[in-house]
Amino acid sequence: MTSEQNDNEQMVELRGIRKSFGDLEVVKGIDLNIAKGEFFSLLGPSGCGKTTLLRMIAGLETPDDGTIVISQQSMNGVDANKRPTNMVFQSYAIFPHLNVGENVAYGLIKQRLPKAEIRQRVDAMLKMVDLDGYYNRPSYALSGGQRQRVALARALILEPKVLLLDEPLSALDKKLREQMQDELRRIQRTLGITFILVTHDQEEALIMSDRIAVMFDGNIAQLGTPKEIYDKPLSKRVASFIGVMNFLKGKCVGETKTDIKVEVATLGQVSFSRDLVPEGVSLDHLNIGFRPEMFTVLYDKKEKAENTFMSEVKNVDYYGDMTYYTLALPNSDMDITVSMRNTSGRYVYGLGEAIRVGWRSSSLLILN
Amino acid sequence: MKKPPLLLFSFVIIYLVFLYAPIMLLPIFAFNDSSIIAFPLSGFTVDWFVGLMGENTLHRALKNSLIIAITAAVISTCFGILTARAMARHNFLGKRPSFGLIMAPLFLPEIIIGVALLIVLIQLGISLNIWTVILGHILICTPFSVSILYSAFNNMDKSIEEASLDLGETRFGTFRRVIFPLVKPGVIASLLICFTISLDEFVIAFFLTGVEPTLPVYIWAQLRFPSKLPSIMALGFILLLLSLILLAIFEYYRRRSETLIGNQPS
Ligand SMILES: Nc1ncnc2c1ncn2[C@@H]1O[C@H](COP(=O)(O)OP(=O)(O)OP(=O)(O)O)[C@@H](O)[C@H]1O
Ligand SMILES: [Mg+2]
Repeated sequence: MTSEQNDNEQMVELRGIRKSFGDLEVVKGIDLNIAKGEFFSLLGPSGCGKTTLLRMIAGLETPDDGTIVISQQSMNGVDANKRPTNMVFQSYAIFPHLNVGENVAYGLIKQRLPKAEIRQRVDAMLKMVDLDGYYNRPSYALSGGQRQRVALARALILEPKVLLLDEPLSALDKKLREQMQDELRRIQRTLGITFILVTHDQEEALIMSDRIAVMFDGNIAQLGTPKEIYDKPLSKRVASFIGVMNFLKGKCVGETKTDIKVEVATLGQVSFSRDLVPEGVSLDHLNIGFRPEMFTVLYDKKEKAENTFMSEVKNVDYYGDMTYYTLALPNSDMDITVSMRNTSGRYVYGLGEAIRVGWRSSSLLILN
Repeated sequence: MKKPPLLLFSFVIIYLVFLYAPIMLLPIFAFNDSSIIAFPLSGFTVDWFVGLMGENTLHRALKNSLIIAITAAVISTCFGILTARAMARHNFLGKRPSFGLIMAPLFLPEIIIGVALLIVLIQLGISLNIWTVILGHILICTPFSVSILYSAFNNMDKSIEEASLDLGETRFGTFRRVIFPLVKPGVIASLLICFTISLDEFVIAFFLTGVEPTLPVYIWAQLRFPSKLPSIMALGFILLLLSLILLAIFEYYRRRSETLIGNQPS
């Protein structure tokens, strides 16, 4: 975690950053430290202010309030062209009148380096992003994935301290996106540059990041590693934004020193450790979360589990590797989603079939 | 192919005869070996063209016209670049009214502009010369320049400029290396159309010219002498060809401007 890290290792520090457009406050006082060499993601729904925050780091937008420090230097009053950051734009913003090589060389030419050195570095960079031999290709003759690589190469060649990426993969199809995710990660590890990625794709953020900041309405709702964010979402909102989550109502019915006993709506009473209960939660109205994979379908009648219930299959979503069942909660008109991995020979239930499900008390989440 | 209906066919013929036949008379009589403009033709000659070479006043008028047209084209296009850029990228108080004012000369009768300018210039005690004509021509050329360049600036993805800044280039460097190359075809198109408009313009030039006439004013003066008519035909023919060539180049660059900017991903 950041707080344990030495201050010298901070690459980007945001202190009380605010930004409004007219009457609309888009970024509402964000404090954030991003470490050197970190792959950091800003994750949030459309319009939550991710791009605005990224653009303020790049210097393309000025905060109304607060300080941005990059590499121990305040960026107040420093123009975009003087900052040690480079950006990969969502639209890629490839210069249409220049070919691939000239696009990549753009920033180096400004630095008035010798021609031969520029050429050599551009070739090396094109190789790195897998565009070997594309130097003379006109920019209009590029596919979406190739444009993305040119934009990346053009930014990386300047060896920025921080690379800013604004939804760089959202325009690509699924296959290419997954391939580029791997590639971005590889490049980031190779170069050790701090990456700040803006995305609204929770899966992408989970796969790629060292840490994620989940943003809602101009605030950071939760900050943590992908595992922390997924396993221990602090609020219902974060929980429903990241992955699939079942929400159940609950009520405390008994307490001991270490444990509490909770009545989970229609699933029965369970006891678990007090540590799992976040502060400031009303024990009479508990929001309980359950990931679909925390339930286990019990195929064998004799199979045991800590808690079980019987249900009926209301819907089946078959993904090949996984099956998602929508099940009726016992004695209730509410549904829950349960997922099972389709290991070899495992039975896939059909609509209307009776199904027995097991779960463990410790896998439930108490949410704010 | 289907035969066009008779009515439409006759309309097209009449249209062509009335509007284009007079222009076709230019080359015919420019090469006709007679000082009287009438059929039947009496023979082929290039004398009228040769005769133009010796006309000193014509040369002076041509020189004046070229100076005026080039200067007006350059200045109008500079204004056009600045205006179009401001209109496409910035929001400021009075944006719409000022845009309306700049475009107004497009809809005002030239004779009104000419007379109004003349009155003001005389009141100010400024003597009429080439520069007063240039002034008038800038007024009518700028709207054309703005409308050509506005779409070029407006269609340009803003993030392209931001990318340039982000890659370390200054604002001026961004203009030089990114914005200008992208709008260059539009700039050339603007220069050409302003040049052509100024070269052909008669009414304003007539009012604002001093002792140094422009080409159209010279032509108008010559029309008083019937014997000069064939030379005017020859001159007119040359101007016609020149205009067509300029127009073709203009169209080429206007289209290039559209494709260049249109190539960006959206
Ligand atoms: N230049 C601007 N002028 C006015 N409003 C703006 C401007 N830029 C952004 N906004 C508004 O600020 C809010 C946040 O915008 P921002 O682009 O930061 O969202 P985002 O999180 O990147 O969303 P998305 O995922 O859709 O890109 C939006 O409501 C947007 O309309
Ligand atoms: Mg955005």
